[in-house]
Amino acid sequence: MRPLEMQTFAQPHVRTLEDYLAALERKSLLRFITCGSVDDGKSTLIGRLLYDSKMICDDQLAALKSDSKRHGTNGARLDFALLVDGLAAEREQGITIDVAYRYFATERRKFIVADTPGHEQYTRNMITGASTADAAVILIDACHGVQTQTRRHSYLASLIGIRHIVLAINKMDLVGYSKATFDAIVADYRAFADGIGLANFVAIPIAARDGDNVAFASAHMPWYEGATLIEHLDTVDVDIDRATLPFRMCVQWVNRPNASFRGFCGTIASGALRRGDPVFVLPGKRQSRIARIVTHDGDQNEAVAGQSVTLTLEDEIDASRGDVFCAGSALPGVADQIEATIVWMADEPMLPGRPYWLKIGAKQVVATITALKHSVNVNTLEQVAAKTLELNAIGICNLKFDQAIPVDAYAANAETGGFILIDRMTNATVGAGLTRFPLRRSRNIHWHSVDVTKRARAELKTQKPFVLWFTGLSGAGKSTIANLVEKRLHAAGRHTTMLDGDNVRHGLNKDLGFTDADRVENLRRAAEVAKLMVDAGLIVMASFISPFESERRMARDLFEPGEFIEIFVDTTLAAAEARDPKQLYAKARRGELTNFTGVDSPYERPANPEIAVDTSAMTADAASEAIIARLSALGLIHEV
Amino acid sequence: MRLSHLQRLEAESIHIIREVVAECDNPVMLYSIGKDSAVMLHLAIKAFYPAKPPFPLLHVDTTWKFKEMIAFRDKTARELGLELLIHINPEGLAAGINPFVHGSAIHTDVMKTQGLKQALDKWKFDAAFGGARRDEEKSRAKERIFSFRSTEHRWDPKQQRPELWHLYNARKHQGESIRVFPLSNWTELDVWQYIYQEGIPVVPLYFAARRPVIERDGMLMMLDDDRVPIRAGDSGQIKKVRFRTLGCYPLTGAIESEADTIEAVIEEMLATTMSERQGRVIDRDATASMEKKKQEGYF
Ligand SMILES: Nc1nc2c(ncn2[C@@H]2O[C@H](COP(=O)(O)OP(=O)(O)O)[C@@H](O)[C@H]2O)c(=O)[nH]1
Repeated sequence: MRPLEMQTFAQPHVRTLEDYLAALERKSLLRFITCGSVDDGKSTLIGRLLYDSKMICDDQLAALKSDSKRHGTNGARLDFALLVDGLAAEREQGITIDVAYRYFATERRKFIVADTPGHEQYTRNMITGASTADAAVILIDACHGVQTQTRRHSYLASLIGIRHIVLAINKMDLVGYSKATFDAIVADYRAFADGIGLANFVAIPIAARDGDNVAFASAHMPWYEGATLIEHLDTVDVDIDRATLPFRMCVQWVNRPNASFRGFCGTIASGALRRGDPVFVLPGKRQSRIARIVTHDGDQNEAVAGQSVTLTLEDEIDASRGDVFCAGSALPGVADQIEATIVWMADEPMLPGRPYWLKIGAKQVVATITALKHSVNVNTLEQVAAKTLELNAIGICNLKFDQAIPVDAYAANAETGGFILIDRMTNATVGAGLTRFPLRRSRNIHWHSVDVTKRARAELKTQKPFVLWFTGLSGAGKSTIANLVEKRLHAAGRHTTMLDGDNVRHGLNKDLGFTDADRVENLRRAAEVAKLMVDAGLIVMASFISPFESERRMARDLFEPGEFIEIFVDTTLAAAEARDPKQLYAKARRGELTNFTGVDSPYERPANPEIAVDTSAMTADAASEAIIARLSALGLIHEV
Repeated sequence: MRLSHLQRLEAESIHIIREVVAECDNPVMLYSIGKDSAVMLHLAIKAFYPAKPPFPLLHVDTTWKFKEMIAFRDKTARELGLELLIHINPEGLAAGINPFVHGSAIHTDVMKTQGLKQALDKWKFDAAFGGARRDEEKSRAKERIFSFRSTEHRWDPKQQRPELWHLYNARKHQGESIRVFPLSNWTELDVWQYIYQEGIPVVPLYFAARRPVIERDGMLMMLDDDRVPIRAGDSGQIKKVRFRTLGCYPLTGAIESEADTIEAVIEEMLATTMSERQGRVIDRDATASMEKKKQEGYF
C-alpha cells in the first residue's frame, strides 16, 4: 500500500490508494449552472473552481501564465477567466455557443458545471443549461447589487424548478469586504425572491479572482461564518428530491432477444420500485407487477430514479416505446390538451395553429398551439398580450395533441412534464415546454364546458367548417359529385369528411328501415353526426335523398346561419331511372321495394337551395366545378 | 439507495445509446480500440442485455495502428460475438499515404476523416456512436451529445440543437446523419475508474512494459514495426513506457512509466500534471484547429 497525496483541495492529506479508490466509488454527482451578466466574474469563478480543484494540468497552466501576461485583465496575476473563455474567437467565427460544460471534482463529489454565455441568447441558453441542473449559482457584482439581470436569472431558475439557489456576491474586495454591503444586497434580493416563490437561497460573499470563500474560507471576512461555495455545493442534498416522487418510467425500447423474453428498457424518471411491485402502464391503464429487474450484473431487487433498467412484467402486456410505467398510487393525467409554459428557441417565431412535433419522455406526438394566452416579460415578469413568440420569448399556451398521452405537471415531475417542440420542416428543436396542467382528460366523459370551441378547432385547420347537404333523387349523382368536391377540397389541404346515405345505413342506422318514421330518424341522426363533425372543425359532405322539406329544415336548424349549404342535385326522374346504377328503380317498379322516392313516395323539390346543379344538363365534373366556384363566391373557401 | 457519480454517468450513457437505437434506422458504433471505446462498448452491452447490441462495430483503420490494438480489436469482437466492420480508405492505401512522408495532418485527413466518411456512406449509417468526451479539449466543451452532420458529413455549428432535460431530438432528413457521444460527461479519471470497477479489458499498451522506442521531436515513439525510417542519430532503446491515448503509432507519444496495473495507472494519473491529449501529434499541429477538423468531418 503506497501513500498517496490527495489531488483534491479539501484538506489534502495522505491516504492509501485503496482508501482513495473506495472513496471514489462513493462519490456523488452534482450538476449546477452559473448565471451572471457580463463582467460579474462568471468565467473567473469557473476558472478558479477548476484551478483550485487541480483540474488544470501543467501544460495548461503554462499556457494560462503566458496568456495572462498577454491578454489578462489583472496585471501580473493569473486571469482564470482565460481558462474557460476562448469564446470571443468562436463568436467571431459565427459559432453559436449555447452551453459549455466543465468538470471538476472534490473528495465527495463530481461536479458538472453548465456555463451559459451570451447576452441576447441568454434565456434560451440558460433554460437549456438549467434543465439538467440540480443547483444554480447566481452571481452578483457587489459593486452593483441586485440588477435586472439578477431578477431574470432568478425567475428562469425558479421557472425551470431549480430548488437550490446560491447567491454568490462577488468582488467583495472592491467593497472593502463590507458586511453591511453584503447584508444590504441579501435583504434586497430576499424581498424580490419572496415575490417569485424562491423561498430558499444561500448567500455567500466571495472574491472569485482571489479565491475568497470559493474553496477556502476568506481571511478578509471573519464576519462570515457560513460555508464556502465549495463546502456548500459539496453538501447540498439533491438526490432525495427525485427518489421520493411517485414511480415513473418511460419505455424507451422493448428488448425482445427471443420469444420468451420481453424486457421494457428505460430510465427511471422518478421514485423507486421493487420486484413484485404493482405497476400501471399508461395510456390504457393496464395493470401488472414487476417480475424482474434485469441487469448485466444479475437481477436486482430494487431500482431508483436515475437508473437505466430493463423490467419484465408478470403479465403479457403489449407496452411499446413511449408508454409510461407508473405506481398505482399517483397516476399522471392522460390528456390530449394541456396548458404549458413555452420558451421559444428559434429565429422563426412560434405560430399558433402550426403543427409541431412534440417529444415528451420517449413519446413523440403532433402538437398544435391552440391558444397563446400571453407572454411573460422576463425582466419585469409582467404578462404581455402576444400573437406569436419570438426567439427567447416565454409564453403561456394551450396545446392540443393528435392523441392522448400521459403527462404530469412540470412542477410535480420535470422528467414527465417537460417537453421539446420540433419544427416539422427543418427538424430543429424550436421550443422547450413545461406542462402546467392537463386541460382535459381524454377518458373523462362528463359533459362539461369545453375551452376549445368549434371555432378554435376550425382555426387550427385554417378553415371554416360547414356542411354540404346534397339532396336529390336516387341516381341523380349526389355521391359522385360529393366525392369530386371532397377530392378538390382535400387536395387543397382542407379537412373534410363524407357522410353517405348508403354507408350510414350500413352502420350507425342499420336498425332503421324505410318507413316514413324511420326515414325521419335516419335523417335526424345523419344531421346530428354532421353537426358533431362541423363542431370538430370539418367540412362535411352529406348525401342523402332527403325528400321532405321538413327534414331538410330540421337538419338546417341544427346549424348556425351560413353553415348549412343545401345543394340540390337536380335531374329528371326519367334520367335518374335510366341511369339506375343500383337497379333500385327496377326493383321498385317490380314492387320489390316500397316507399321508393319518385316511384311510390314523393320528392319535394327544394324551394331555395344555396346551390342547384342540373345533371341532366351537365357532367358530374362540371357540377363539382360549379359547386366549388359557388363556395368561393360565398366566402366559404379560398384558393382551391 | 443513493447513486454514485459513476452510476449516474452509466445510466445517462445507456439512456443515450438506447435512444439512438430507438430513433435511428441504421446505427453503428465507431470502435477505435482505445479505453473510451472499451467503456462505450461495455455500456452498449449493458444497455441491451440479455440481447446483443443491435448494431455493428466499425473500425476505420489507417494501417498504422499498433499491432496489439488490431489483435485486441479482433479478439474483442470475436469474444463478444459482435459484427465488426473494417474500412481502410482504398485511395489512401493506393497513394501510399504515410505519416512519415505526408505528415500527420494529411495522414489523419485521408485515412481517418475521409476513410470515416467513405465507410458511413458505404454502409448508409444514419447514426454513429463515438467515444469523445467534453473534457478532452476546450472546443469539445460545448459539443452536443447528438451532433448533426449534413449529407456531406459537415458539422454546421449554427445548426446544432439545444439539448434539454434528457430529451434528444434525433429527427433528420434523408442522407443526414448524427454523431452521438454517450461519454460526453465522463472525464479521463471517470473512464479509468469505471474500467477498474467493472473489470473492462483494455489494450495492454496502456500499462507500462519494456518496449523499443526512439525519441523524435521530443516524443517517445514506439518502434511497432519496421516502417519507421531511421534517421542518422536515432538510437533505439528499450524503455519502460505506456500510453495514455492510443492511435497511429507514429503519432502517439509514449510516456515513461512504472504503472503496470490499473491501480498504478489511476495513481499515476492523480499525480500527473500533463493533460491527456498532450501526447497526440494531431492536437499540436498548429495549422488545423480542432474546430476546423470537426467542420470537415473529423470525429
Ligand atoms: N476585483 C475583483 N475582480 C474580479 C473578481 N472576479 C472577477 N473579477 C474581474 O471582473 C472582470 C470580469 O470577469 P469575467 O470572469 O471575465 O466575467 P464574466 O463576463 O462574468 O465571465 C475581470 O476583469 C475579472 O478579473 C473579484 O473577485 N474581484
